[in-house]
Parts: sequence; structure tokens; C-alpha cells
Amino acid sequence: MKFTKLSRVVCYKHTAVTARGFSTVSNKKWQSVVGLEVHAQLNTESKLFSGAQNTFGGVVNNCVSLFDAAIPGTLPVLNRKCVELGIMTALALSCKVNEVSTFDRKHYFYADLPTGYQITQQRNPLASDGVINFQVFTPGIHKKPYRKSSKIKQIQLEQDSGKSLHDAELKRSLIDLNRAGAPLIELVFEPDLEDGEEAAALVKELVLIVQRLGACTGRMEEGALRVDANVSLRRPGDPLSTRTEIKNIGSVRGVAGAIRHEIERQTTILNSGGRIINETRAWDATAKVTIPMRDKEVVQDYRYMPEPNLPPLRVNLTTDTEHKDILSVPLIQDRIPELPDQSRKRLIEQFQLRPETAIQLVNEPTLLEYFEHLTSEARNPTKVANLLINDLLTVLNRRKLDADDCPITVKQLKEVTDMLLNKEINLEICRNVFDELIEVADSDVSPLRVVQEKGWKLTSNEAEITKLCIEVIENNPKLVNQYKSGKTKVFKALLGILFKNNSKVDMSVVSKIMEGLLKK
Amino acid sequence: MILKLMNRTSRSLNLIQVACRNLNTKIPISPVPTLENEHASTVKVDRNTIALLERLSLVSYDTEEGVKILEDSIAFANKILHVNTDNVEPLYTVLEDQNLTLREDKITQGNCQKEILKNAAVKEDDYFVAPIGNIPLHEVEVEQETTKVKQNEN
Repeated sequence: MKFTKLSRVVCYKHTAVTARGFSTVSNKKWQSVVGLEVHAQLNTESKLFSGAQNTFGGVVNNCVSLFDAAIPGTLPVLNRKCVELGIMTALALSCKVNEVSTFDRKHYFYADLPTGYQITQQRNPLASDGVINFQVFTPGIHKKPYRKSSKIKQIQLEQDSGKSLHDAELKRSLIDLNRAGAPLIELVFEPDLEDGEEAAALVKELVLIVQRLGACTGRMEEGALRVDANVSLRRPGDPLSTRTEIKNIGSVRGVAGAIRHEIERQTTILNSGGRIINETRAWDATAKVTIPMRDKEVVQDYRYMPEPNLPPLRVNLTTDTEHKDILSVPLIQDRIPELPDQSRKRLIEQFQLRPETAIQLVNEPTLLEYFEHLTSEARNPTKVANLLINDLLTVLNRRKLDADDCPITVKQLKEVTDMLLNKEINLEICRNVFDELIEVADSDVSPLRVVQEKGWKLTSNEAEITKLCIEVIENNPKLVNQYKSGKTKVFKALLGILFKNNSKVDMSVVSKIMEGLLKK
Repeated sequence: MILKLMNRTSRSLNLIQVACRNLNTKIPISPVPTLENEHASTVKVDRNTIALLERLSLVSYDTEEGVKILEDSIAFANKILHVNTDNVEPLYTVLEDQNLTLREDKITQGNCQKEILKNAAVKEDDYFVAPIGNIPLHEVEVEQETTKVKQNEN
């Protein structure tokens, strides 16, 4: 009896903890298993098999070739760039690129799929057996970053479908075929993850990698990278259990939220003696719940068949020779830039940054670029990194701006940083300067002039500061007495009082003068 | 006319066939048992499978004749199961020896909204209009639907 009570308490504690999102480790009873499938749109001019434009937000039904609309008699011709970007991504993820790959038809009926089948690579994919290594670190959730990896089963080239707008009121769908036939790579990951935070970290890393490679814009808000998550629970040591699939999650935080919710939902069902059914669910980002989709518990049969219109795709795995129809994999390998994981290692080794700082810098490509520029001249790397992460990012977040859209130029940033490092301004004023620069968004504005015009410059005038210090000492005899009787801690309180009344002073000078005055 | 003639002379035709078989050593003179197991060759497809196939293919054949045609087709295709294909790579296309042609990443097509929309039975604001598809449903609605189905079954 006692025992059950005790375990219940532990259980409650656990649920409370997960609800706040602090613990990401599964409870003792159930182990959650998460596997991802990611679709990434390739960053090309034209589509996978047709010469129509591959773009986001074009005129409705205008970027459509006769092939994309499944007009009889049209045939697919594969875009060389898609093969190149697919192989590049595969190599960056340590995959084995397959010398011969083939295409298959996957059949299903849907209004935004004109042919009634999708051309994909099921039997012999472009590449297989890779791995992604990443750091799991969400500030506020994890105290320390930890390393995690997930194996990649395969990477395949495939067509995207068109887009449907659902009009629930009139019970109809509006179809735009601009996306039909757009090039995708699908990355199938093994179920190696345990929770939403790990999945979110994997997706974030993948976004950074494909952006570095220029293979995909990584803009999840435009649907350029979409995530399906398979979630199941099991007793530790047991084989994999029935899973549910959450389709089309469109943001990194959405991945974390959807999976956390789904684990909680399945835990509740299993704890009350229920059974999980194999179903497809959708993530409602506004209501923060997963909801079932219509095709409940029906095993889909896609009637895969080899695509008869496309002979096998062959690549050269060994030499630098290539011609029109055969790409050289070694040549593609040579063009792979520094990857995010390498950047983090370099930042830690070269600049002695803390791992957390390196992770946050690499997570924001714009900040990383600023950092590289600022540290190319002699500036304290740790201070620069902290300024970017803690201050610039805070100001941007407050304005709900993406770091990528930050209008501050490198030249402006250098000026602000130097003023701060030379103690001409303090952190608070520094943030104000950032805010002002973002507000005017003008590359010609000099931060130095902004500080002068607004009268934000710090005083380091000793006579002036001495006057302020004497004032504080005279007004706070109690604290001064405490200090003189040995309670040196109150020194900070005295400085605080001065700063409260007058924030535009160089506190290091204040500190020196105040100490001198008190010791008299 | 020809058919009638053939019926009348069927005996003599049989004789000719026998003669042909004698000339070609690959064709046995009399029927021989194959690898096929006659007891296992009867194909039956149950109603649930028919319903699933109809949904997958959007073809309706839920009549006695339709089911018969399907079963016969399966029986016909099943003959291949009696051929030994061990260590034989399946042939997916006769173009297997050729390389896939690649094209440069250039915009050469599209920009023909008018032509594309000519195929629309119904359109609105340059969109194709289609019946509503597989969309997320709120759990309440799903429950309502399942109870409805159950009532119908009763």
C-alpha cells in the first residue's frame, strides 16, 4: 500500500515536470520512441522532371507545365541540379551514395496529385545509411548541451504535390498546381530519438546543414522543409509498439510541441488501459494539440511499381570524370563547405567559447557572420559572442524580428561594439542603440552620432563622478557606517544607488573613486 | 462462315495440330502435369478485399461477373509463381542498360495558366475546384461520424 502511494507521488511529480517541459527523459514506466521523416524542397530554378519554374508564391497555377498537370503524352526528364543537391546533402550526412538508383510510382488519389501517383525512389534510393550528429540544447529546458545522433535509413528524390486550400463551409477544395512536381528530398531517419526536444534539435541541425549547402532554403514557414514524426511508447527492453504518425509539422518548436503532446496523449491512454491505434494525426499549432485525420486505421496500399519512363540513374563514385548524364560524386564532395558541427568545434577551439555559446551562435547564421567579422579584428571573442546572443538577439526578439532580417550593418555593429568595449557606453545604452539602429534601418546612420545626439555617452570625468559619489555617501550614512565596520558587501548597494540616479556613468571609474573616498 | 467450316473440320484440324507438335520438339504431344498444384489454384476474393481494391483503384467491379474476371486474372497471373526464379534479378524495364538523361536546371516551360485551366471542370479565382479531401477533423466530429456509421450498420 505504502509502495503504491509512493510511486504515485513520483508519477505526479513527473507529470508536473513534463508539463513545464523541464524534463525530457521518459518516465520509468514508458519509454518513448521517436523517428522522423523530413521532406526538404530543393533550391532549384526549375522542377524535378519539368522545365516549369520552382518557386514559392507565384501566380496561382502559372508555374505549371503540361507534364505537371499530367497531360497524356508528356514525359519526365530529370533535373541534373536536383541530383547534385541530393548527393551533396547525402555526403554531408555521411550517407553511402548509390551508384545506381531507380524511380518508382507511389499511387494514391488526391486532388492535388494530377497523375494519381507520385514519382519517388522506394526500392533503390539515391543514398542510404547515413547519420546526423547534433547538440540538444534548448535554453530554459536543458542546463547543459548533450550530443545525440540519429541514423539515416535513406535519402530519396521525389516529386512534391500541388497545394489544396480547404473550404470547409462550401465543402470543396481549391487546387493550386504550382508546387506539383517541385523537387524534394525525403530523409528517412531511424527511430533513434526519445522526445520532442531531441527531434527539434535534429530538425534545427538539418535546417542549418541544408542552408550551408544551399540545397534548401530551410524556410519552414514557407513549407520548404516539412517534418513527419512517428511516435510510440514501449516498456524499456520491449520491441517497438504501435505508432502514430504526425504529418506536416511546419516549425522547429512545432516539432517539440507536437511530439511532447503526442507522448502525453499516448501515456494517458496506455495508463488507463487503452490501446494505441495506428493512425495519422495532424498538429494544430494554435490549439497545441494533435488531431486525427480522416483515414483512421486503414492500412494504405500505395501499389508501388517501377516507373517505366525512367531508366536507372547512374553516378560516378570513384573518379572526377563526369559528362552530361553522369555526375562525379568526388567532385561534389570537394564542394562541401564547413558544416555546422565543424563550425562549433572551431569556435570552441579557436576562440575558447563555451559550448552553449558556440551552439547558439551557429544556430543563428546571421549572428555567426557578425561574429566572424567582429573577431577578425582584435576584439574579445567571448564578450562579442555574449553581446550578440544576449543583447542583440534580445532586442530583435522584442521586436519580433528574425536575426536574418536584422538591418544593422557590420560597420555599424563594429562601432557599437567598440564603444561598449571601450566603456563609452554601458550594456543598457548599447541595447538602446541597437533598437534605434533597427528602427531607422539605415546603413548610413553612424551609431557614434546616435549616441552623441541622444546624449547617451557615459561620463568618465573624474571630477563629476567624485561629486556624485560624495552625494551618495552623504545621503546614506547608515550604509557607509556598515561598510566602515567591515561589512564590505554594502559597497555594491552604494554603487547601485548611484547607478539608479545616474545611469550614464562609467561604473568602473565610479567603483574606483567610491572605494577611494570610503577608505579615507 | 469460317467458324462453321472450322467446326465441321475440327477433327482434321486436330490432326494437323498433332502433326505440328511432332515437328516442334519443345511442344509435348500429350498434356503433361505442370508444377501447378490444381487444388491450390482456385482463387477466391472476399467482399472486404473487393471493397478495398475498389477504393484504391476507383474502379467499381462489385458484380458477380466483375469478381469472376478478377479471380480469373489472379489465377492466370499466379502461374508465374510455379516458375523457379531463384537467383534471377527481376527485369523492371527493357531500358535497364541505358543511362537516365539529365537536363540543365533552366526554366523552359510553364507560364501557361490559361492553357492549364482549360482542363478545369469548375474553377474559381484561377484555382481548380475539387471535392473536399482528406483533412484534419476535430475529435468530436470523428466520434460523431463513427456513431453514425454504427447506426447505419444496425
